[in-house]
Amino acid sequence: MSDSRPNQALALELRGIDKRFGDVHANNNINLQVPKGTVHGIIGENGAGKSTLMNIIYGFYEADQGDILVGGQICHIPNSREAIAAGIGMVHQHFMLVDNFTVLENVVLGAEDGAMLNVSLRKARKELQRLAHEYQLDVPLDATIDELPVGLQQRVEILKALYRGAKVLILDEPTGVLTPQETDHLFRILHSLRDQGVTILLITHKLREILAITDNVSVMRQGQMVGHVKTSETSKEELAELMVGRKVRLKVEKQDATPGEVLLSTEKLTYTDSRGVDMLKAVDLEIRAGEVVGVAGVSGNGQSELMEVLAGILEPTKGEVKIGSNRITADTPSSAKLVREMKVGHVPEDRLSMGLVKNFSAEESAILGIQEQPRFNGQWLSKRKDITEYCQGLMEEWDVRPRNPKLRSSLFSGGNQQKLIIAREVDQDPDVLMIGQPTRGVDIGAIEYIHKRIIDMRDQGKGVLLVSVELDEILALSDRIIVMFDGQIVGEVAADKANERILGMMMANVIPDELKQADTAGEAL
Amino acid sequence: MNNNKLPAWINVLLLPLLNLALALAVSALVFIAVDVNPLDAAQLMIEGALGYQEGVGYTLYYATNFIFTGLAVAIAFSAGLFNIGGEGQAYIGGLGTGLVCLLLGPSMPFWIVFPVALLAGMAFGALWALIPAYLQAYRGSHVVITTIMFNFIAASLMVYLMVNVLKPEGEMSAVSAVFESNAHLPMMHDILGWFGIDFVRSPLNLSFFLALAALVLVWLLLWHTRWGYAIRALGSNPTAATYGGINPKRLTVIVMLISGALAGMLGMNEVMGYSQQIRLGFVSGYGFTGIAVALIGRGHPIGIFFASLLFGILFQGGNELSFEYANIEREMVEVVQSLVVLFSGALSLMLVKPVEKIYLALTASRANQANTQEA
Repeated sequence: MSDSRPNQALALELRGIDKRFGDVHANNNINLQVPKGTVHGIIGENGAGKSTLMNIIYGFYEADQGDILVGGQICHIPNSREAIAAGIGMVHQHFMLVDNFTVLENVVLGAEDGAMLNVSLRKARKELQRLAHEYQLDVPLDATIDELPVGLQQRVEILKALYRGAKVLILDEPTGVLTPQETDHLFRILHSLRDQGVTILLITHKLREILAITDNVSVMRQGQMVGHVKTSETSKEELAELMVGRKVRLKVEKQDATPGEVLLSTEKLTYTDSRGVDMLKAVDLEIRAGEVVGVAGVSGNGQSELMEVLAGILEPTKGEVKIGSNRITADTPSSAKLVREMKVGHVPEDRLSMGLVKNFSAEESAILGIQEQPRFNGQWLSKRKDITEYCQGLMEEWDVRPRNPKLRSSLFSGGNQQKLIIAREVDQDPDVLMIGQPTRGVDIGAIEYIHKRIIDMRDQGKGVLLVSVELDEILALSDRIIVMFDGQIVGEVAADKANERILGMMMANVIPDELKQADTAGEAL
Repeated sequence: MNNNKLPAWINVLLLPLLNLALALAVSALVFIAVDVNPLDAAQLMIEGALGYQEGVGYTLYYATNFIFTGLAVAIAFSAGLFNIGGEGQAYIGGLGTGLVCLLLGPSMPFWIVFPVALLAGMAFGALWALIPAYLQAYRGSHVVITTIMFNFIAASLMVYLMVNVLKPEGEMSAVSAVFESNAHLPMMHDILGWFGIDFVRSPLNLSFFLALAALVLVWLLLWHTRWGYAIRALGSNPTAATYGGINPKRLTVIVMLISGALAGMLGMNEVMGYSQQIRLGFVSGYGFTGIAVALIGRGHPIGIFFASLLFGILFQGGNELSFEYANIEREMVEVVQSLVVLFSGALSLMLVKPVEKIYLALTASRANQANTQEA
């Protein structure tokens, strides 16, 4: 960033952006130059300040210091309306769409002109058809949002931004909810946008995507920009090192598995939710001692329900679960407490809404699920000192920071919360450990450690069920992979035969040719 | 309960005091509007509530009621349940206490009547909370709606019982017979008399100590037992509680039973302590005021103690005020109480943002000074 001349070819420039929240220095003297018509990646761990920076650009926060230049002009952006006026558009991680409105209505919402809705709708339809044609962004304009798959919903968000005249498009973790195929499609769209002169700012923590699509990358760490590199001149390893500030091993070292007896199995397991929708349809699966079974799938295809039924939180509608010599069916009572007593550990997918209680202290969250064990309780009163010591011990072993058992759970970073939850479940020495999204929102340094501990569990002869939307993670850790679609198991692949393409097809309920033969061979048995 | 960036002393002490000050400031305007000097009125209220022994006695006697009903609301709230039915539960609880006093009073000694009356009050109050609790837990009817409806049912039921069953023949008003003397709770002036301390006659009685014990027990239960852990987990995050092996339905019922029992203890003070007979409408709004007490006390027993004291002062001081001034009706005093509820309860978050801003500005400038000094 030695070049400080005003540059007409820059779509967006940040000069010395600074933002504090109380004691937290979220953005520290951030400089950034994004040339027109490029895809610029911003990468960094959770809490590195990416979101704060984007929110400043989009007018949700105001910077304490520094300037934002759009197209070479200093812009004051106190709110998102000004950002839109300056030609900045944003596609949020969680879509901001009205489910029961049509695509057209969603695009127009907030950008109506005139008192009569019909007039704006007619105008918008024409304009959208032009945009869709220009950028290959085909979306059925009269479909309501809830009829559309996630990939198309995202396209609606992009259209919304373009309709408002966005020249700079910010995408915040856009691929989190997409299948690999949908991701590819998104990338094609982004390329065509770029070729038409739109500038794209892509925020992500996925190194692979950065390398696949961006022209330049900026890396953030602890509120600072620690590097700007050309994508063509860098590597995963270099970026990871920049993000974390030290060398990181990205591959998980592991031996081949030696599966033993079946520890947990299901037979025709079916779960119907309160709306009457079958979220699990006759699922058969087995978890053996000494193996990691990965469950892949686009989120919302029954993985969460599978975990919760197995954990005793939801009751099956039909079929049964066998855990050792115990059975859980629709007729037997089941609860999280009972399943825990059967030596099944459960790290839930959503740690904030299930794994811990946000306004409990860390030590209270550290005994969630085991709060009734005699070691934490006298006859009447709880043994507060023993609980503190227990939490302290877990924190030492798993390097949870800050090491303060009295601190409110919500004040720990995602990675440290997750370590505390996994620590709690692993410490119970379960026979089967179910673990959902073990590294969602967790920084790279902690991911490395969590992965190592999961493999350690396997090597100690435990059965591990791993549910994750990160295919990289599934591929790196699993010995067998099952793929779920619409509440059913589409198929199973041995880890050494699996790759992203195969899993991606199965996630969209297509059986790849190379598996079909294996299937018929299986049926012949 | 708070997710702001302020230190505890501001949240617990400064904010409630600011809210209270604001409420009193607006009350002052109301007094000015009816040509009463607000400073004189304030002085009279304080002196009436705390200035002499009988006043103190009345203040603590009212506070006793508020501690019971405040705790009832608070414990339900810590499990995420809004029990609006303290009024009805206290009413039916008082009926239980009164019935025991009427039935056992003539034949049994005090040391039997007292525990049985206490337990009966708690059981009747709990019973009155049971049906709404069950409906909430297993049938999904919202406890706010059902407990409100049960207040009305309790009121009608009591009218029927008082007029048709409990009223002795020849009695003109809707009251029961007066209990035998061995079914009277010892009054505070008697208790203190045993220790040689002179205290003027007031309605303050033994149940004040029951209320203090209830405060301590609820505090222990919530923060020092596994059951309290479960209750607070359920209140903060029901999903996590279920994950933690807690049965939310069963616990909902149990917590409502405890809540109803606490409200039911009000009868010890009002029925067995003060009036020594069952009177129509003896709860007279204490159950509803308990909601405000719990809100202002932030659901914590220490807070509830002080909030109860505050409302005791407002009640007693307010009574003195309406005696003294011809143009101040009982309703005027209720306006003051309502303003306190409004500012401390409903608008309690109003001042959080500005105070947070000021606090952050102050700490930031201090941090800057420290930085420049270091440099």
